[in-house]
Amino acid sequence: MDGSHANAASAPAAAGGGEGMQRTLNPYVTGNSVIAMKYKDGVIMACDTGASYGSTLRYKSVERIKAVGKHSLIGGSGEFSDFQEILRYLDELTLSDHMWDDGNSLGPKEIHAYLTRVMYNRRNKFDPLWNSLVLGGVKRGPKGDEKYLGMVNMIGTHFEENHIATGFGNHMAVPILRGEWREDLTFEEAVKLIEKCLLVLLYRDRSSINKFQIAKITTEGSTIYPPYALKTNWGFSAFENPSQGAVGTW
Amino acid sequence: MARFDPYENNGGTCVAVAGADYCVVAADTRLSVGYSILSRRHSKIAHLADKCVLASSGFQGDIKALQKNLSAKELLYEHNHNKKMSCPAMAQLLSNTLYYKRFFPYYAFNVLGGLDSEGKGCVFTYDAVGSYERTGYSAQGTGATLMMPVLDKQLKSRSPLILPARDAVTPLSESDAVDLVKDVFASATERDIYTGDSLEIIVINSSGTRRDWIELRKD
Repeated sequence: MDGSHANAASAPAAAGGGEGMQRTLNPYVTGNSVIAMKYKDGVIMACDTGASYGSTLRYKSVERIKAVGKHSLIGGSGEFSDFQEILRYLDELTLSDHMWDDGNSLGPKEIHAYLTRVMYNRRNKFDPLWNSLVLGGVKRGPKGDEKYLGMVNMIGTHFEENHIATGFGNHMAVPILRGEWREDLTFEEAVKLIEKCLLVLLYRDRSSINKFQIAKITTEGSTIYPPYALKTNWGFSAFENPSQGAVGTW
Repeated sequence: MARFDPYENNGGTCVAVAGADYCVVAADTRLSVGYSILSRRHSKIAHLADKCVLASSGFQGDIKALQKNLSAKELLYEHNHNKKMSCPAMAQLLSNTLYYKRFFPYYAFNVLGGLDSEGKGCVFTYDAVGSYERTGYSAQGTGATLMMPVLDKQLKSRSPLILPARDAVTPLSESDAVDLVKDVFASATERDIYTGDSLEIIVINSSGTRRDWIELRKD
């Protein structure tokens, strides 16, 4: 790892003085977890609409799930400006694909592969896009409608699964999904399951807010639903009078 | 504040055992990061050529890039030489590819297995920067330290002076070698947190390549 340390040491010096090399050293405005899973007709994805600036909840109406082409959805957590940069890359990609006008269109597997290369490449230059991206979609293939769900993180680690969650979701939502996910969930069942995960994150993740968006993608196309809030329950008797019975309270 | 580290260890173990006319290459399918499991069924194995299979553990981003790199070079070789790359040729290519990034290494611990040009089993074992050796068997990855002593006891010749040299290839039959590999993974899974979920076994012999798959402990 000597090469990497030499690089890291010289870069700030260069950024300060002569060459003006710029790279992301820390994330600033960050998005929270994204949860996604395959269901009977396609892929469903959800996240909250908040973006934090450190410990401040700076933006409360941010859309962190976007459609990509006709067959995919991308959800991003991490540095929000890097996510916007990725959306610009994907715009270029889908535009040039559209201009070929050859009847082919990029499916989720192709977009995931492209994003993996982009993320890995930026990591190699020590200028990462500080995101964890979730890529889901459905495309008609030779074996019928093929559902696809994959994730790629800021250093290029990527994999495909039936259900994915980034950030805190990895610790709190994935265990729920591993226990309760099934291949043949209907849309309503999938929404209930994803809301269960979103609720756990709302209760336990400090940076989560109570404003969520759900998106789905099927062979018919993608739909991103308007934001809504979940019902939370704080009416526990211990919360009503928390110091009752405690010795020496005033 | 968060400091950027370009590497992470996604865990897992890879093993290969060479026989007289076969080669067994196996790897678990768990992809981890820190104390989390990202996926229970992620393959670490790449089929580079007809009789040449690579199993790698370490940082998955580098592993995929390395495997793609080698696949591309193999295709170019086929176009230039009108034949598929042999396992020993791929072994040298892998070593050179790894050393090329000596000062920003591929964090990949590799085991290359296949049949050499005479049809005998061969296994090549590597470190992250390309130093390699042809052996009769090897394990690399997080569970390797748990497996190698067991493999040594079963497969290593008592002395290098005993002729014919025994640990070049094992005299075990194909099914015995596969059983040994399954046993050794089951043992490593008990104690290595990064090894488990399921085991992918590839057997290469003169009739082609066969894929076997067994469950391992998921805890």
